[in-house]
Amino acid sequence: MSLPTEPTADDDPLGDLLDRHSVVICTGAGGVGKTTTAAVLAMEAAQRGRRACVVTIDPARRLADAMGLAGLTDTPMPVEGPWPGELWAMMLDTKSTFDNLVAAHAADEEQAEEILGNRFYRNISSSLSGTQEYMAMEKLYELHAEERFDLVVVDTPPTRNALDFLEAPRRLTRFLDHRLYRILVAPTRGIVRAMNLAAQTFLRTVSRVVGAEVVQDAIGFFAAFDGMEAGFRERAASVVDLLGADTTAFVLVTAPRGDVVEEATYFADKLAEAGIAVRALIVNRVHPRFSTESLSVLRRRADALSDTPLASFATNLAEFSSVAATEEAHLAGLTGRLGSAPVVRVPFLDSDVHDLPGLDRIAAHLFPDAARRSN
Amino acid sequence: MDPAQFFAASRVLIVAGKGGVGKSTVSAAMARAAARAGLSTLIVELEGKSGIGALFGRPPFGYDEVELHPGGGPEGSADVRARMLTPDDALVEYLEDHGLSRVTRRLLSGGALDVVSTAAPGIRDILVLGKVKQLERAGVADLIVLDAPAAGHAISFLRSARGLLDTARAGPINTQAADVIELLTDPDRCQVVLVTLPEETPVNELVDTAYSLEDEVGVSLGPVVVNGLYPDLPGLEREPASVAAEAGLEVAPAELAAMAAAATFRRERARLQTGQLERLATALPLPQLPLPYLFSTDLGPNELEALADAVSLGISEIPALTQP
Repeated sequence: MSLPTEPTADDDPLGDLLDRHSVVICTGAGGVGKTTTAAVLAMEAAQRGRRACVVTIDPARRLADAMGLAGLTDTPMPVEGPWPGELWAMMLDTKSTFDNLVAAHAADEEQAEEILGNRFYRNISSSLSGTQEYMAMEKLYELHAEERFDLVVVDTPPTRNALDFLEAPRRLTRFLDHRLYRILVAPTRGIVRAMNLAAQTFLRTVSRVVGAEVVQDAIGFFAAFDGMEAGFRERAASVVDLLGADTTAFVLVTAPRGDVVEEATYFADKLAEAGIAVRALIVNRVHPRFSTESLSVLRRRADALSDTPLASFATNLAEFSSVAATEEAHLAGLTGRLGSAPVVRVPFLDSDVHDLPGLDRIAAHLFPDAARRSN
Repeated sequence: MDPAQFFAASRVLIVAGKGGVGKSTVSAAMARAAARAGLSTLIVELEGKSGIGALFGRPPFGYDEVELHPGGGPEGSADVRARMLTPDDALVEYLEDHGLSRVTRRLLSGGALDVVSTAAPGIRDILVLGKVKQLERAGVADLIVLDAPAAGHAISFLRSARGLLDTARAGPINTQAADVIELLTDPDRCQVVLVTLPEETPVNELVDTAYSLEDEVGVSLGPVVVNGLYPDLPGLEREPASVAAEAGLEVAPAELAAMAAAATFRRERARLQTGQLERLATALPLPQLPLPYLFSTDLGPNELEALADAVSLGISEIPALTQP
């Protein structure tokens, strides 16, 4: 009789990952199920007794409803369920996160209000490319620093540029470092005459192209922002540190389609360049393999049976085997780059997930514990 | 509807949809189908890495126009060309056209477009759309197929002109924005084809996008392309074991079991897809243009021709609209 053995990390690599990190960042191309995966990871952490919070960005409506996020809220809300830990969920509100950040760094209420009311600021907070990424990371930092949660899982925006969210916190500060910022601020510091000819030409050009009001708005913003740069820079540096910390795990989410795997591979390379290891790869929507025979054998069979009543069956089997083989071929290149990071596959499901039992069904493919629970 | 008539209805065809629905592939298939119907076609790509070049068996392309498929041939088709447009290229051209070339380099070298586009959000989009409008006006092709940006950007991309009218209330950008709105809202000049997959979330998002585009931008929507439908394969409803027994075929039980499992999977997926098509039809009163799922390993010229066939067939099956 053998004694029951403690499960090891090898048996449950993703569970181990959830236990050992305080921040998990799900990243990957758009449309591969990142949001759902983030929700599943947070739910499983709650099942493992942890206080977990998932920060989602623009979840599909029905998933949001299922998690009690129907009313857009910027604060974590508890999700009730049969777990020993806690599950909280929130939806990122880029603008209010940015507003809070401004309020926190402003010298007084007056400065904060002046900035919040400025049209240029409103453009930055709602539509500067990278702002959503920046705020996702800011919110992540905020939640992590509060220490209310053992684990914060964040879903990254479906950004085309893999590094946007890594670069995000530096973005505004780089903006402030820009020559143009100093040019725009200069007049308000009473050195109008010192403003060089190039700067004036530049401002005139911009005014001619976009209209003078736009330039006035920008100058007004930079003037109001004066004095807040240091606080913003410091905060951005802390966020960048958190992203690189040992307690932060990046999980790459992908589908097995060629174009998406290519994008995921690009992500993996960029993360590696930034010195960040991918801790796990989750592949959603994998086609099942119906036969252990090789594709060429199945194709020959389809040919041999083409004049029989089994023709459609043989063709169909060969077609789906071809899909499965193609998917594996696509994934091989990616998994080769990830070293020892575990690769977990989730098959095509019958329907989209929009409730907690649905998340459980996915969890059953990711975690042995969840598989046992569902049996 | 006759494909030639469909593609000649407007000179600009914008193909939009969320990431992963095969928007670029659909753009390429549309372009090829239009060319076969005799329209010289230009594909305009806005972001790199789309693989449109590979679909035509050609290398990736950049800012300079390239030929992807020559005109002529047995079917007497027109040519397909392509180029990529980026906001930076468009800005340089725009400034040069407005006699501002001396400051152009300075503007770009400092990354000032970032600052300017923050001051006036949507300026990147308007520069690109303005360039498309210019190409349309210049008559560079019978049809311009614009592969719109992915993600949730389609709406904001097309809506940016309206936003800019408010932000920049005077000056050349204002004029440019007004021109772009004129193009987008004129059904004789521009139509938008939305692409989706026959799955729940993509269908939901497509319906939302369609209504937003009609209400907020005022564009004219063409048929909805539903990509990735399993082609009909008749006879999969029965049990392969009994089919084999009836026909007196000796087949190993494991093979029959694999056939049965694969057949069930396909039937089940096809049933779900049909359900989504019906849901889409109920939610959105637009004709649907179905495109087949391709089981091929890699997409190249053969697959493109198959998809162009499907586009032409799908369009010919859409009832022609009778003008009131």
